[in-house]
Amino acid sequence: MDSKKNVMVFIESRSGKIAEVSLELLSAAGRLAQELGGSVEAVAIGHNLAEELKILGHYGCQRVYYTDDERLTHFTSIPYAKTVVKIIKQCQPGIVLFGATTMGRDVAPRVASALKCGLTADCTDLQIGEHKIKDVTYKNTLMQIRPAFGGNIVATIVSPESVPSMATVREGVMKMIAPDTGKTAEIIQETCLLDDDDFLTEVLEVIREEKQVNLKAAQVIVSAGMGAVDPEAIALAKNLAKLLGGELGCSRPVVDSGVLDKDHQVGQTGITVRPNLYIACGISGQIQHRAGMSEAKRIIAINKDPLAPIFGLAHYGIVGDVKDVLGKMIKAYKTKS
Amino acid sequence: MGLRMIVTVKQVPDTHNVSGDAMKEDGTVNRAALPTIFNPEDLNALEEALKIKESTGGTVTCISMGPPNAVDVLKECLYRGADDVILISDRRFAGADTLATSYALKCAIEQVGEYDLILCGRQAIDGDTAQVGPQIAEKLNINQLTCVSAVTAIDEQSITAKRSVEDGYEIVKSRFPVLLTITATANEPRTANAKKVMTYKNIGKEICNTSYDESYMAAEACAVLNHVKEWNVETIGADPIQCGLSGSPTKVKKIQSVVLAGCESKQVTNTDAGVTDLVHELIKENIIG
Ligand SMILES: Cc1cc2nc3c(=O)[nH]c(=O)nc-3n(C[C@H](O)[C@H](O)[C@H](O)COP(=O)(O)OP(=O)(O)OC[C@H]3O[C@@H](n4cnc5c(N)ncnc54)[C@H](O)[C@@H]3O)c2cc1C
Ligand SMILES: Nc1ncnc2c1ncn2[C@@H]1O[C@H](COP(=O)(O)O)[C@@H](O)[C@H]1O
Repeated sequence: MDSKKNVMVFIESRSGKIAEVSLELLSAAGRLAQELGGSVEAVAIGHNLAEELKILGHYGCQRVYYTDDERLTHFTSIPYAKTVVKIIKQCQPGIVLFGATTMGRDVAPRVASALKCGLTADCTDLQIGEHKIKDVTYKNTLMQIRPAFGGNIVATIVSPESVPSMATVREGVMKMIAPDTGKTAEIIQETCLLDDDDFLTEVLEVIREEKQVNLKAAQVIVSAGMGAVDPEAIALAKNLAKLLGGELGCSRPVVDSGVLDKDHQVGQTGITVRPNLYIACGISGQIQHRAGMSEAKRIIAINKDPLAPIFGLAHYGIVGDVKDVLGKMIKAYKTKS
Repeated sequence: MGLRMIVTVKQVPDTHNVSGDAMKEDGTVNRAALPTIFNPEDLNALEEALKIKESTGGTVTCISMGPPNAVDVLKECLYRGADDVILISDRRFAGADTLATSYALKCAIEQVGEYDLILCGRQAIDGDTAQVGPQIAEKLNINQLTCVSAVTAIDEQSITAKRSVEDGYEIVKSRFPVLLTITATANEPRTANAKKVMTYKNIGKEICNTSYDESYMAAEACAVLNHVKEWNVETIGADPIQCGLSGSPTKVKKIQSVVLAGCESKQVTNTDAGVTDLVHELIKENIIG
């Protein structure tokens, strides 16, 4: 079989748990591999992960190349990058995907540099297509689609002349498929060939901070923009979110101005969400914000400017003052019968 | 002690303040309408280097690869206290992706010679890739610490830093040489020093107007050359095939303006009745409970 048809995913684990982004990438890899007629593979690195790795099969992964070593318990750049390079050289997949996380963005460029292959950061879509360079047509090429110039344009990037094509994708961007517990992945143990000299980073301390909010899991998100930053408006938005069993989100300038924590930020450089209901309060609806919420099932926009772009994608538009409208919504919900 | 530090800085279009006329009708970028700035996180990288220099001694060399105008960001480095600045400029570097960029910067760094610490911004706002730093480290075969939000300790052999990660942070330590990528939260970059501005503001103009040739070398005596070095493919000993477009595996296949998907939109009147109807509709359709 032609290994170039295979799609490989870098599996990220934090505190012994598989990161969601890796499962999302396996879901995307499944779609790409099906189109190519290849299989979905994974490269996993860590210590005592064998049990956890079983779930990769549920998401369509067929083979996991797993390197276990106590020294790999915590992520460090050189050991992880070298291990991924070794597995890629050995398996020769056509495509390799990484999460655009701090770990993925640390290891992927190092791997791409070592293999002298292309790497496209923060893709928002991945497709298979054709690319022509002079007289040569490259079939089955990965189309790496990403925002450019601050999100004002979308670029399609290809790297057909070097193998593999590599891309990073942010968490939440690819939809996770429903797990199939009947499916299993073959776990192939790889020997760790690293020297002690490869371990140049000493991890002195690891502090885990619980996220304050879990926007990705929320079914309802009430999101505050610069039109809703005063404490009273924020309190109302929070109040409504709580009433509806949802979470409080926000636009980037709200985070930049220190009103809410980064965990609340929706958008291109924040979190991509797909809730049942998204209520945009005092948000103008710039491209970079839309990138993170346009796939919500229902969108309500509240804005005092009738021409605000957000109304272009809202299912329901309410022109008015945020505090006024939120007050009415809270009242209406409390008195529902 | 005296740490030898190198900071990579990039001049970028100000993509965070894209105005209407920055985008052409066909959806491509009108670069001429975008002002250029010092890449924000590179200012943080420079600040971190200057702070280390102040606390432990050492030298700070700034390198930028770009068109002749990129000398502007190097002058900004001098205004803030850099000791030496180098512009890597050559038509053959044009069209470089991150792999070709990191290759050229790696060659330039080797040309500088000995170093202990390389500082890059975490990412450049024109591409937001955050790839060049780690790729330089790989090419130099040295260690890297990315996403550094604070340098917590430094001694003659090693540096300790805080890395901010998704679910918290970690404190990591590495011996020199090592490359760090610095985030915006690491520090508050200083502004230009007025005295240094006076000293340096007129340098570099000549650089911009003069191409790198023999007559230019003859001007050795002028202050410009003491402060801005301009290097090309030959000076840094690079293989031209690995530079610029020919050294870049990634190609831009197409560029499109963003198509904003619209949808069927219902106008809700801002009255008690209007809002109540909306809430009831959402409950009926099981959108909310
Ligand atoms: C590379 C890049 C990445 C980015 N990533 C993100 C991202 O991930 N997420 C994100 O959100 N942004 C992002 N941005 C920023 C984005 O471009 C916008 O600047 C931002 O989304 C605007 O936020 P806003 O709508 O809250 O504020 P504004 O654009 O200032 O809009 C405020 C709105 O509130 C309305 N308003 C004011 N007062 C009231 C009131 N009393 N009642 C009702 N309405 C009122 C106004 O009419 C206006 O429409 C990014 C930008 C760049 C360049
Ligand atoms: N042309 C360049 N000249 C100097 N430094 C650069 C250049 N391109 C990238 N860098 C450095 O690499 C970092 C990451 O860039 P990027 O990978 O483009 O996001 C930047 O913050 C700079 O420190």
